Order: sequence, then structure tokens, then C-alpha cells
Amino acid sequence: MAGKVTCLSRLTAHLALSDGTVFEGRRLGAEGTAVAEVVFNTGMTGYQEVLSDPSYAGQAVVFTYPLIGNYGINDDDFESDRLQPSAIIVKEACETPSNWRSKSSLDAFLNERGLIGIRDIDTRALTKHIREAGVVMGAVSTEGAGSALDAARSAVSYNDIDFVYKVTTKAPYAWGFEGREAIGEPAGDMKLRMVAIDCGLKFNILRRFAALGVRTIVLPATTSAEEVLGWKPDGVLFSPGPGDPARLGNVVETAQQLLGRLPVFGICLGNQVLCQAVGGKTFKLKFGHRGANHPVKDLEDGSVTITSQNHGYAVDPDTLRGTGATVTQVNLNDGTVEGIRIKTAGATSIQYHPEAAPGPWDSRKYFLQFVAEMERART
Amino acid sequence: MKKILVIGSGPIIIGQAAEFDYAGSQACKSLREEGYEVVLINSNPATIMTDEETADAVYIEPLTPAFCERVIARERPDGLLPTLGGQTGLNLASQLADLGILEKYGVKLLGTQLDAIKKAEDRELFRSLMRQIKEPVPESWIVESDADLEAILDVVPYPCIIRPAYTLGGTGGGIANNREELWETGRKGLKLSMRSQLMVERSLLGWKEVEYEVMRDGKGNCITVCNMENLDPMGVHTGDSIVVAPSQTLSDIEYHMLRTASLKIIQALGIEGGCNVQLAVNPDSFDYYVIEVNPRVSRSSALASKATGYPIARVAAKIAVGKTLDEIENAVTKTTKACFEPALDYCVVKIPRWPFDKFTTGDRFLSTQMKATGEVMAIDRSFEAALMKAVRGLEVKAKDLRHPAIEALDDESLRSALRRPTDERLWVLAEALRRGWSHTEVHRLSRVDKWFLEKISHLVVEGSFESTPGRTVYKMVDTCAGEFESHTPYFYSTQGQSHDA
Repeated sequence: MAGKVTCLSRLTAHLALSDGTVFEGRRLGAEGTAVAEVVFNTGMTGYQEVLSDPSYAGQAVVFTYPLIGNYGINDDDFESDRLQPSAIIVKEACETPSNWRSKSSLDAFLNERGLIGIRDIDTRALTKHIREAGVVMGAVSTEGAGSALDAARSAVSYNDIDFVYKVTTKAPYAWGFEGREAIGEPAGDMKLRMVAIDCGLKFNILRRFAALGVRTIVLPATTSAEEVLGWKPDGVLFSPGPGDPARLGNVVETAQQLLGRLPVFGICLGNQVLCQAVGGKTFKLKFGHRGANHPVKDLEDGSVTITSQNHGYAVDPDTLRGTGATVTQVNLNDGTVEGIRIKTAGATSIQYHPEAAPGPWDSRKYFLQFVAEMERART
Repeated sequence: MKKILVIGSGPIIIGQAAEFDYAGSQACKSLREEGYEVVLINSNPATIMTDEETADAVYIEPLTPAFCERVIARERPDGLLPTLGGQTGLNLASQLADLGILEKYGVKLLGTQLDAIKKAEDRELFRSLMRQIKEPVPESWIVESDADLEAILDVVPYPCIIRPAYTLGGTGGGIANNREELWETGRKGLKLSMRSQLMVERSLLGWKEVEYEVMRDGKGNCITVCNMENLDPMGVHTGDSIVVAPSQTLSDIEYHMLRTASLKIIQALGIEGGCNVQLAVNPDSFDYYVIEVNPRVSRSSALASKATGYPIARVAAKIAVGKTLDEIENAVTKTTKACFEPALDYCVVKIPRWPFDKFTTGDRFLSTQMKATGEVMAIDRSFEAALMKAVRGLEVKAKDLRHPAIEALDDESLRSALRRPTDERLWVLAEALRRGWSHTEVHRLSRVDKWFLEKISHLVVEGSFESTPGRTVYKMVDTCAGEFESHTPYFYSTQGQSHDA
């Protein structure tokens, strides 16, 4: 007797937004219902990095580029150990990828890892909806439009969830030339030791520092300043991460206590942490900056750099007045703060991603600069 | 600086078609917007740029140094912009400089300077610059005489590629499979090259061919307008290749590795304006080679411009008069600046148009010398739909991927047609897939990436590709994938839920 035949590729899925808008598409990846803040990313490559970037925790990512999965999923381009977004939304998912490193298709990989997605919807219509209405809570479901709508309407707001404590490492670990290593291992011939406060670190930050001879000790976001100093680091990095930066009281406190005592560098959420540490405030952007093409102007030398970005909040420059922090870089499109310097404390931070992954490699100089800063401080 | 002389592209010939008219007209408009008086010289009156409205004064004269000098003497322009008229404009400008005419009349060369152009176009200078900045170039030999050519006949690995310097569309170039072919094609190439120079290089047949359109301003700010991937692998001239934008089979690391290389090159050359970088990419590793750089607005820039909505020639003209990318408005969004990289939310397919319906006895095999006389470009949200729009736009007999003559080929003839591409390559691929040949087999014979083969087989085997439920709607080419509100009357049709129009 023949078994039951199910054509999985034809299963329907729905995306519902909390404002009542419903899109019907087809299932991609796992079955079920996922609730998330719906955001869009305009990068044309880099879906694997996005899928593993902790800063997308709690979000459903709409890829504006319509053909996703073309080069498959490989073993190397992961930015963390887990899939981080709650769901993904695409126009077309490639079933038969083609690239020498590809190990699996997007759909097979999402199925294996249990991530819910939806495909074959008009992602440009959805993107324009978000651009006009702002980011919104939503749900992707394979259990019918009604389930999706109920889930979206009863969702706890993204703004009210502490994502950093969900994504941060539970135990300290180290990262050297060969990648992740046990904390007790000798530093080998690494010339510097840096502590990274993990609010949602991406591996490529660690890889870039390791390539420059820096061994990083990665510590949980809850680590106190005294504990950090106990590792006798040459410098401290405040990492990127998800969620509302205003909810990070203890990380901000740690930063306050460390500023001025050793070189400090902040990336993305790390920039917002440092700004708050000197008294600045953040606000939520209407639909954020997510993509690989954001121009940033350096106010000190007038140059413009194309950057990789992923943030939904920004620092209010007015709240930095008189704090000792100077805005050194701004976004050319909307003028928002992209970088600051706290001269008296030897600290700098940038709102975008010098590690790229995904995105342009034009800002790698910041790794060199911070390494030089740590070397200077050591002597 | 008040008055600027722009050199047009001259006659439309194979390898240099109306795209330079498009670029030149845009540039003239852009300069006048900035308040400059524009004088145009072009030998071809059948162009848009020679319309009275395009420039303040138009001279329809032969594009020779003598005539150009007379125009300069009469108009006394302060500056000369040569990088928007294709290779013709560039060659003429360098002759004017060499003859001392620019100096005599105090005419300043605008945009990319001649030494940068020379560094990009002189094979040996270019290779030494690439070695300096540690960008890989394929093993090659420079030949400047028959004696040089004879000396390398037994040295080079066959097949090898012959590329004459300073010619249009690779005129006189080709692939040599043995010493006899190298001797024959090489001698022809030496005669055709303006400087009697050609390069013989290691063949990278079968590698992916990828291009980046990059821009740089006088302050050193650099951006990529877009990249493009050729469906036809290395061995077929880009002008004869089916091209898709953006690239489809490159992962993020590969995309940005090649982007970084392209920006490093434009920075090292000191280009002020647009530039096109061609790269060969090993389909099985991170290896790549820099093949060629066009230090000017090129055929590919016109395609990149239309594919992204980013007005390359307009911006290049403003850079030439000293503006920086962050000062120039993005004319599409009007809310952002020209200093950004377009994000596409659609797929663009270009198919060349060859004149073999008129030249029925012409040699239809495609190689490194361009044979197409035109091209069509189509935009849609899937590769399949864009490809089919382009096929219909070709105005050839075939309205789909069926071709009676190719359907009539026996298997052996079809196999050899896959190995040696002609203008009918797309229909040959389609027929092989229709016969149920495996993608591995078709790829082995044609070297076309399996991603493209898969898409073509969706069209010929399944006969349908549209999966998004919806209706025909019109979406906007807005340079920013919907991120910002835009103001442009540039739309394409697609299946979807809602209109932008």
C-alpha cells in the first residue's frame, strides 16, 4: 500500500502584522508559528551571516533582495552558534544552490535547525509598508492566517524584552589564532589580551582581532567591572547586540566604571552603551538601518565610507552635549550618530560593523586603530 | 573654469554603440546644471548628444587632433572632459596632450588624468601596478613586434588569449589553440593596435567572469555602483555575454573580496569618475585574477546605470569638475546623496543582439572579440522572468527558448554546440536541458554555472516559473530597494501584490 504523499513545497504560510495586514505565501523551513518584530535588510548577499547574527534575535528579517539562497549554506560563514532571528521572509528561496562551498539549501537548513520562514510574498510591498508605518510586531505561521493574526496581535512588544541576556555567552571562553579555545589555554604568541563583553558578539569581530594578534576573553554581559579588570586585559570591547539599549543598566554601569581605566572600543550596541555611560540617551528609529550600503561621513577628515549596518536604535546627539563625548561620524542619509570619541577616557565607538560579515570591508582600519591604542596603553 | 569641451564617441561601430551617446548626453546635461558652458565635438550627427539642446555649441567635425585643435582655437574652452566618449574620446584626448595642443591653449584635462589612463591601459604599466598593490594578474607576455611574437610561440601554455592594447571591443583579439593560431592572430592584432602592442595571456577559460562598476571622487571616496556576473564564463567577450546584475552565485565573502579588490585598484590608479573592473573568478576556490580595467565610462557603465538607476555619467561629470560624492544629490531619491551603493530588489538580465540575421555568412562563434551590435536589458523580480522579457525584446524569430534549427540537431552536434558558443548559445543550452541531459553534463560541456542551468530548466522543463500569487503590477527602480521614498518615473512590470506606480 502506498504511503501518504505530502507535497511540502506547496504548503501555505502566512505573515500577519499587528496592524491587521496579512500576506499569504508558501512555507520555508520549519512548521509552526513565530512571533517577532518585522524588519527589512537591503543587503544583496549575506543571508547566512544575518541568520546567525545575534543582533537579529527576536526579529523576522525581510530580505529585500528577491533571490535568497542562491549560493546555499556553507560550514564557515556563521557568526554565532545558533540561528538568531525568529523567522525569515523572502520572495524566492533557491532550491538548488550553486557555489563551491555550499553544503545545503536554505530550506533544508532551516528545516534542520527548526527555523520558520515564508516565501513567495511581495517583499517590496511589505518593505514599503514598514518604511511608511515603521517596524511592527508580526507573526509567521504555517497554521493558518487566523493563527498568524492572533499571534501577531497578542505579541509582547520587542521593546519590552531583554534579548541581550538571552544571547550572551553563559560561560567565559577565549578566541585565538585557531578560533575558539578553552579559557585556560596559554595565549601563545598573541601580543595582546582583550576582554569582550558579549551582548551578542559576532565571530568575525573575534576573527579580525585574532588576525592582528589579539587573544580575546569573551565574558557574559552580566560581568562586573572588577571581574573584567581581574583578567588584566589591554583593552575592553563592548559588542553589538539585540534589543533596546536603554534596558542595559548593568552593562552601562560596567562601562562607566571601566572608562578611563583602560582603552575601550564599542561596536553598534557597544556605541550606545558607551554613550549611555557618559549620560547620553537613545531613541528608536522608525525602521532602522539594516544593510550593506550605508554611507557614513567622518566629521574629522570629511571622508565618506560605505558601511554594514544593523541597528534599530540611535543615540540622540543632543544628550551628548557636555558629557565629554564628541560625535565624530554621522550617517549621510539621515544624519544620525555613527561614531563618537570620549577623549578623556581614551574610548571610541562606532554604530556600524567594521567586521562586515555581511557587508563591505572598508572599515577594517578600526581594528588596527584599537590594537594600536591597546599597545600604546600598555607601554 | 567656465567653458568645457566634451568629446563625443564618434561613429557607432561594433564594440562602441549608442551607450556612449547616452553617457555623453547625460554628462553635458550634468555640466550645464552646474552652470558651465558646454562645447561638444562629435563626428556623428545621428546622436542625441548633438541635439541643439544638449550643449551650448555643437561641432560636427571629424574626431581628429587637427579638427579638434580648430575647435579649441575658436572656442577657447577652459577644460576638456574626455572620459565619457568611450575609447575614441580617450584616444583623441591623449593625442591632443601628446601634441602639446592642450598646453598651447591652456586647456585643463578634467576627470581622470592621462597618466592614470595610461596606467590602466598600458598592459605592462598596469601589471606592474597590480603587482605593487598585490592584486593577482594572469601570467602573460607582452608582444610589440613579430620577433617578440615568434620568441614566445613555444613558451606560452595553449590555449592562450590574445589581447591587443588600445583597441575597441577587443578588435583583433582571440583565442589561440596552437602556435600556428597564435602566430596568425597575433600578427593581425599587432597591426590593429594603436601602439602596436598586444598581450598574450594564460587562458582562464571556464572561470566565472564578474565585473564591478566603481566610482571615485577627487578626495578619494570610493563606491561600487553594482556588480555583474556573466552567464557565459571566461572566453566570451563581456559585450557578447549574457549578463546578470547583481551577481547571483557569489557568497558575501566572495562579493566583498572582489569589491575590495576593485576599490583598491580604482584608488591606486587615482581615477576621478567611473571605472570598470573585470575579474576572473575560479568557480572552485577563492582564487581570482584581475583581467582588465576600463578607466572611463564604458559599455558596462551604461548597463550598470540603467540596471541600478544610478546615473554614472552624470555623477562622473560632476566629479570631473571637482564635486565630491557626498555633495552630489541622488537624483533618483532626491532625499539621499550619490555617495552610497545601490541596493537592487530585482534581477537584471542583458542579452546582446548580434547582426547575423543581416550578415548571414558571418562567423557566429563567440570569442574574445566582440561581435554584438546592440543589446537588450530586462528587469524583473525573478531571473526566469527577466530572461524571458529579454528574449522577447531581442526581436529575433524566437519568442521563447525553442529554436527549430537547434531542435533538429542530433545529439553529437548539440554537444559540440555546447562546447563552442555562438549567438544561439541560450537556445542550445535550453535544448540540451529539454532533452533531459543532466546539469552536470551540460555544465561540463558549456562551463555555464549550474545556477543558470537550473533557472533555464525551470523555463523549458517545467514551462512555468511564476510562484508569487498576484497580478501584473509596476515596481520602481529606486536605487535603494524601497528603503527611501523616491521620485523617478522608472518602472518595470512584475507579478506582485501592489503597484509603486
